[in-house]
Amino acid sequence: MVTNNGNNGKPRKVIGKPFRKVDARAKCTGQTKFADDIVLPRMLFSKMLRSPVPHALIKHIDISKAASLPGVVAIITGKDLPIPYGILPVSQDEHALCIEKVRFIGDPVAAVAALDEDTAFDAMNLIEVEYERLKPIASIDEALSIAEPRIHEYGDGGNIHKKVSLEFGDMEEGFAEADLVREDTFFYEGNTHLPMEQHAAVAHFDPDGKLTLWSSTQTPHYVHRALAKVLEIPASHIRVIATPNGGGFGGKSDPFNHEVAVAKLAMMTGRPVKITLTREEVFYCHRGRHPVLMWVKTGVTRDGAITAMHFRSFLDGGAYGSYGVASTFYTGALQTVTYDVPRYKFEGVRLFTNKPPCGPKRGHGTPQPRFALEVQIDKIAEELGLDPAQMRKQHLAPANSVTANYLRIGSMGLGPCIDKVVEGSRWREKYRKLPYGRGVGIACSSYLCGAGLPIYWNNMPHSGVQLRLDRQGGVCIMCGSTDIGQGSDSILAYIVAEVLGIDPFDIRVVTADTDLTPVDLGSYSSRVTLMTGNAALQAAERARELLTLAVAEKLSVPIENITFAERRAFDVENPEVGVSFAEAVQLAEAKYGTIGTVGSYSPPRSPGKFKGAGVGPSPAYSYSAAVAEVDVDPHTGIVTVERIWIGHDIGQSINPTLVMGQVEGSVYMGLGEALMEEMAYRANRNVVHKFPSMLEYKSPTTLEMCDVVTYLIEDPDPNGPFGAKEVGQGPLLPVPPAIANAVYDAVGVRIDEVPITPEKVLAALRTSAQGRPARFGPKSVPDVVWPQPLKVQTPAQGGDGREMPREAVHAKD
Amino acid sequence: MPGRKKQKASIQFVLNGEQVEASFAPHKTLLEVLREDLNLTGTKHGCELGECGTCAVIVDGRTLLSCLVLGLDIEGCNVETIEGMADGGELHPLQITFADLGAAQCGYCTPGFLLTAKELLDKSLTPTREEIKEALSGNLCRCTGYIKIYEAVEVAAARMRGEDAEPAKESIYGYE
Repeated sequence: MVTNNGNNGKPRKVIGKPFRKVDARAKCTGQTKFADDIVLPRMLFSKMLRSPVPHALIKHIDISKAASLPGVVAIITGKDLPIPYGILPVSQDEHALCIEKVRFIGDPVAAVAALDEDTAFDAMNLIEVEYERLKPIASIDEALSIAEPRIHEYGDGGNIHKKVSLEFGDMEEGFAEADLVREDTFFYEGNTHLPMEQHAAVAHFDPDGKLTLWSSTQTPHYVHRALAKVLEIPASHIRVIATPNGGGFGGKSDPFNHEVAVAKLAMMTGRPVKITLTREEVFYCHRGRHPVLMWVKTGVTRDGAITAMHFRSFLDGGAYGSYGVASTFYTGALQTVTYDVPRYKFEGVRLFTNKPPCGPKRGHGTPQPRFALEVQIDKIAEELGLDPAQMRKQHLAPANSVTANYLRIGSMGLGPCIDKVVEGSRWREKYRKLPYGRGVGIACSSYLCGAGLPIYWNNMPHSGVQLRLDRQGGVCIMCGSTDIGQGSDSILAYIVAEVLGIDPFDIRVVTADTDLTPVDLGSYSSRVTLMTGNAALQAAERARELLTLAVAEKLSVPIENITFAERRAFDVENPEVGVSFAEAVQLAEAKYGTIGTVGSYSPPRSPGKFKGAGVGPSPAYSYSAAVAEVDVDPHTGIVTVERIWIGHDIGQSINPTLVMGQVEGSVYMGLGEALMEEMAYRANRNVVHKFPSMLEYKSPTTLEMCDVVTYLIEDPDPNGPFGAKEVGQGPLLPVPPAIANAVYDAVGVRIDEVPITPEKVLAALRTSAQGRPARFGPKSVPDVVWPQPLKVQTPAQGGDGREMPREAVHAKD
Repeated sequence: MPGRKKQKASIQFVLNGEQVEASFAPHKTLLEVLREDLNLTGTKHGCELGECGTCAVIVDGRTLLSCLVLGLDIEGCNVETIEGMADGGELHPLQITFADLGAAQCGYCTPGFLLTAKELLDKSLTPTREEIKEALSGNLCRCTGYIKIYEAVEVAAARMRGEDAEPAKESIYGYE
């Protein structure tokens, strides 16, 4: 039984304290081994030949010249890896190397293994591929209007990957109750993770038929499954080790073609094979933020209470499924968890286009609708003559409630977040009161603390921890989680150290190795602290129980008196009566045999039972509120963000320094998305990426980064370990809309899309000077034939979370 | 270019205080020589095009991007990499503050930041926040938002001045 307490009434020694990360010094001395730092004897180097055309049939591949180049050991093409894979069971649409057709510039068609990287590069350029070009599909509009050629032979018709339609409650009634109904359109441009580390992988196949892959991946478990499928060898013969990720942000969450290719080349050659992608290739891997066009219709009463919301999203998915079906649902899921939305309808469509595939980036599918929602609320507040901070706070979704779309909210700290940023920023003195060119804007948000359901259907735990205690007093934690810089290895050590009364640096942490560690599903959906934390807590409490029984017997002290602190187990009433931690382990080992315990975590069941209810539920939701203060130069259109005040509802900090780092890093990434970052393509030139380089893909440097004033709201959530909620993704979400709202406050123009570039600000200022609407953004959304919505009665209507029978739906219509 | 000449060049230089000799294909960059020929993988790469600052090393007292320097050009130079930043077992004050204050998240850009910051502090122990930003403006970090990095540089500078400096409470726990 997880008690979320684990301290026998003693003050906490580790949780909530700013300990150094367990791996920090290795990182500061150059000793951390990232994937590209691995060198094995007789290792070969791989390069992949990528398509220079966006959409074409492969007519012929000639590898003869390349194969005859001295130093080339093996070359593979699509026919060597005929089995498809993909992260989601519903979209197994990728091949490691394209077989019949290529779908974007950068899609790989062949892989070479050679004695050195230069030879592999030369050989790659000697491979001849004959393509028969197909019409490329470059945009949401084109994908909706051009049914042939199809990029994939599956989906919801033409180049539509997925259409969804969900309706909760009586929308007509909701809009009828409204005093004001607003319809607005927004666009959120796609952007990419840009981790500093380029993806790299090393594969080794030993003579006994076992494959090992070291890879810069956030999800070794899913890579493990994909390799077993594609390579047709038992999963038990495959070991995937996720090396420390040099940044992930969601970009290393899919099984990747280069991982499969080096594994195959290692099997063929009997030698280790390494691949390290170039920065340009990292742009082609992508899986980043979907460009999303949005339409939102919201009804409100005079005091700003929402009566109904109808949200439509159009996602430019790129060339493959990736996480796209989940991304689509996520663009419609979390609208309901910040403010009370009694009736809600969502329609979403994801399109295939001939661009690098989109997928999950920090906030996965939710920053885009959050931008739309928070900017629209700013407009509504203005139209109603209300203060947008106060209006938001008045209509918060209640704690411990179930939303119209069946998301169960537990703790809810958004109100205090709003109070903190309003007070800290001196909002009331600034809003609509600053001189022209300066402005403030506010926005709020929420994010998951882990997806409530696994990616493939199963009823096993989402996270497992094994703990081994040895008689020298050593403790080893084994967990499948992957440290991508967020500190997940350290979180395990802190939690176990707290329970066992030892120092985090006494502990050895072994993670992300499918041979040695129990499954954790991966570093995505902000799940790791909550889920591995609960699993670690359970394992540690079980170990403490064994030690307690042995120590109590030895000391002849009642069991409930035994506590653990300062590397000792002792009687709380007579602290001098006790044993060292190592002695406690020895007593337990003598009594029970070798001491090892396990812990695991499965999220609670979601109240939603309808089809599509799998995306959105979470054991807990974090909340954030942000105020941005900006300076807008009306002559250049340049927006400078001076400072952001952000309040984040963390539940309980496991380590405040790491929490602060995640808040500041999220603000940074949100700032980049708001002002400059974009994955842009030349539609009329083969849909080629405009600038696959770090120089031209603009991201904030120290000179663009704003000041950040952070407030942590601690209100422990019963589902979190020690009450902890997430912080890795949520604080990004309010930043882009807060900046957009501040730009409006500064110069009176609405920029209804990101990035908010100087060109867009100037264009809006120009139209404003001409007496036209002071706005830059999409004017309309395409007509789409939406499927009949799946109707679900809301909890307020007495619904049970199941969809209404089709007959009833029709009868009602 | 198939058939490229593979004849190696040989140079001598001082690396982290030790005289070394290296033989490598003459087109190799200093980054490649360090990582591939001298097995010092602490120097990282993010673009290999001089865009990100990740591969910064100190050559004759100045930080240079090792991906833009030919290995051949460092003949006789004095090169400092992350592996040489600690003094024996004693970490450099910047390494301590970066580790303790959360300035290294994923840690991949960290060696480049540490060496760039070291060059700054080698010149002055009283840099302002603006001077720190300016000095580090060529290094990209995607994790931290840079703020913890500024704080780590400031605390290290203060300690190197002999002060008993600790980070501000707000930078660890947030504002009240």
